[in-house]
Amino acid sequence: MSDVSDLVLDARGLVKHFPITQGIVFKSKIGAVRAVDGVDLQLRRGETLGIVGESGCGKSTLAKLLVGLEKPTSGEITVRGENMVRLSGPALRRARRNIQMVMQDPYTSLNPRMTVGDIIGEPYAIHPDAVPRSGRERAVQELLDLVGLNPDHINRYPHQFSGGQRQRIGIARALALRPEIIVCDEPVSALDVSIQAQVINLLERLQRELGLSYIFIAHDLSVVRHISDRVAVMYLGKIVETGHHKAIYEQPTHPYTQALLSAVPVPDPRLRGHRDHIVLEGDVPSPANPPSGCRFRTRCWKAQPYCADHEPLLQVRQRAPHPSACHYAEIRDVLHRY
Amino acid sequence: MTDISVGLDPRATLLHVDDLHVEFRTRDGVAKAVNGASFYLNPGETLAILGESGCGKSVTAQAVMGILDSPPGHVTGGRVLYRGVDLLQLAEKDRRQFRANRIAMIFQDALSALNPVYTVGFQLAELFRKHRGMSRAAAKVKAIELLDQVRIPAAKERINDYPHQFSGGMRQRVMIAMALALDPEVLIADEPTTALDVTVQAQIMGLLAELQHQRNMGLILITHDMGVVADVADRISVMYAGKIVEEAPVYDIYARPAHPYTKALLESIPRLDHKGRELNVIRGLPPSLTDIPQGCAFHPRCGYARDICRMDQEPPAYQIAAHRIARCHFIREVLGV
Ligand SMILES: Nc1ncnc2c1ncn2[C@@H]1O[C@H](COP(=O)(O)OP(=O)(O)O)[C@@H](O)[C@H]1O
Ligand SMILES: Nc1ncnc2c1ncn2[C@@H]1O[C@H](COP(=O)(O)OP(=O)(O)O)[C@@H](O)[C@H]1O
Ligand code: SF4
Ligand code: SF4
Ligand SMILES: [Mg+2]
Ligand SMILES: [Mg+2]
Repeated sequence: MSDVSDLVLDARGLVKHFPITQGIVFKSKIGAVRAVDGVDLQLRRGETLGIVGESGCGKSTLAKLLVGLEKPTSGEITVRGENMVRLSGPALRRARRNIQMVMQDPYTSLNPRMTVGDIIGEPYAIHPDAVPRSGRERAVQELLDLVGLNPDHINRYPHQFSGGQRQRIGIARALALRPEIIVCDEPVSALDVSIQAQVINLLERLQRELGLSYIFIAHDLSVVRHISDRVAVMYLGKIVETGHHKAIYEQPTHPYTQALLSAVPVPDPRLRGHRDHIVLEGDVPSPANPPSGCRFRTRCWKAQPYCADHEPLLQVRQRAPHPSACHYAEIRDVLHRY
Repeated sequence: MTDISVGLDPRATLLHVDDLHVEFRTRDGVAKAVNGASFYLNPGETLAILGESGCGKSVTAQAVMGILDSPPGHVTGGRVLYRGVDLLQLAEKDRRQFRANRIAMIFQDALSALNPVYTVGFQLAELFRKHRGMSRAAAKVKAIELLDQVRIPAAKERINDYPHQFSGGMRQRVMIAMALALDPEVLIADEPTTALDVTVQAQIMGLLAELQHQRNMGLILITHDMGVVADVADRISVMYAGKIVEEAPVYDIYARPAHPYTKALLESIPRLDHKGRELNVIRGLPPSLTDIPQGCAFHPRCGYARDICRMDQEPPAYQIAAHRIARCHFIREVLGV
């Protein structure tokens, strides 16, 4: 797992700022939404990296940067040794084949006027050399079978499928070009629990069978724990803590991770009143105007004056055995205090 | 208000929904959204109605509140007894009285529950002026007090803001304030935190629990989230295809579910506090409400199903223990006794 050659994705210093403009004819830039503001991440072969954080913290923007749907303001994304950010034209197209995305909403992400066969086979139209024309129908049927759908339904339309089945269609499309990496942006958030389990199990099976690497984004910390090997916690465009799933869930060191974990309800009434509840005040500040120093300080119960003008780096610290972006990082097991 | 109080029996159950049936008659056919739902609620108690989307939770709440979208929706049977008075028999003007004063409701989407063109303070004050005959000044004082109670910072200034000027969590608080303004005895919360982030969800659930405790209010929490339920409910009614298939105190149901659907649901969710094995899957999909399977509606998805489950007769509600009911022919097998 530690072998460098296992590295399939390496992102460094990723930044995405969306300009805020004023005026209609003469637009002038009056600020920027700092959606992603300096993110490093590495992904190894066959591994799942979970990314958690509350809405607006930049998860989807990060996903789009990784698959090339958005251009970063700065930073590098290396896939199999090639820097995606510098590539263009056919070289970029080829490199992108290796990293595909599954979106959240199975209802809006599929074109209602296209058949399932056309939707799943669409990547072949963009990358004609991937599969010869004569073999495409076969390939699509194999994909349908692979994700547990009936290959005979190739000519049906999305509305003829349930939400869970549509998500399978989205997964089949992502697999069409045989990528090594799949970025899943909230792939089960819109699904009911009984259907969620079906899709999670499918993703796990595909990973085993095809040796895929996943970036798995979700706001549901239980789902992320279930599926991830390593986890990164995001707050206002930055990763504030990262490590092995056991480290993040059982030995969290960043106050935000601790608060997040303590707020998640656990489906076991016996834990009622026996859990560590950290109640955060207020809402997440705007990414257009993040607090100085530590971005979490406006909601942090441990904040000191020092935090207001010294930005904490994401690093291993004396009392934090895995990288944590807090000056006062310290383990607090919020889940197992009964 | 006094005239409707006349028939109320203070010794009768606070709220007792008995064999409620609701249909939607549309061009696509008749959707049987609620098929004999029964449950009760006592003061100070939290009853969770748990089920996956489309199983009839919101429609049940709307029928209890008397705000069903009708047509196409029709209550085709049952009773909604509030302190012994069947609300379904009341004239619309009496029901309206009930809605503000006795039973209130909050929703997932606060924006649609609040009027976008009036300030929050005006909307709250109106309630006091209309229902309590208060003066403008007194109503304003009450409005500020209420916003304080739901912990809106700087309530005095914020009463002049419009709903869209509040963040998602704050808006949910405003809606709670509106619902509680006239001191209802029953609050129905339909997925109140589903759209919120967990840290905000925790704030809102904490606030609801506190307000409920202060007022000894009965709370019906409608949700699909088994974590939230485990945290706050006293009792649970599990709904499937418009029916309550299991009803039990919260500790019992999580420790030993009696209905195969409840059991399968609990086994299908990933856990936060340990990394589990492969998730148990409930095969297939919930049924279409225009075409509910005969016999036990869960039979096409049930691992315990046998021939009897597919027969005409649906399984009756078996009483397992005090306050425990399940609709399944094979309860003993599911419980492992
Ligand atoms: N195309 C865009 N233009 C301007 N702002 C954007 C755009 N996309 C996202 N944002 C902003 O960037 C921030 C992060 O958004 P997003 O990546 O969608 O977060 P998440 O997926 O974690 O909810 C939000 O404040 C959002 O409003
Ligand atoms: N306004 C409506 N018109 C037609 N059918 C409706 C309407 N509202 C609800 N239904 C039907 O009632 C069923 C139950 O809906 P609902 O109670 O909203 O489910 P949930 O358990 O997700 O709250 C839906 O599947 C739908 O068939
Ligand atoms: S650096 Fe300071 S404000 Fe930031 S998380 Fe740590 S203690 Fe809190
Ligand atoms: S009655 Fe039969 S089909 Fe229905 S839940 Fe029980 S065992 Fe399953
Ligand atoms: Mg997102
Ligand atoms: Mg609903």
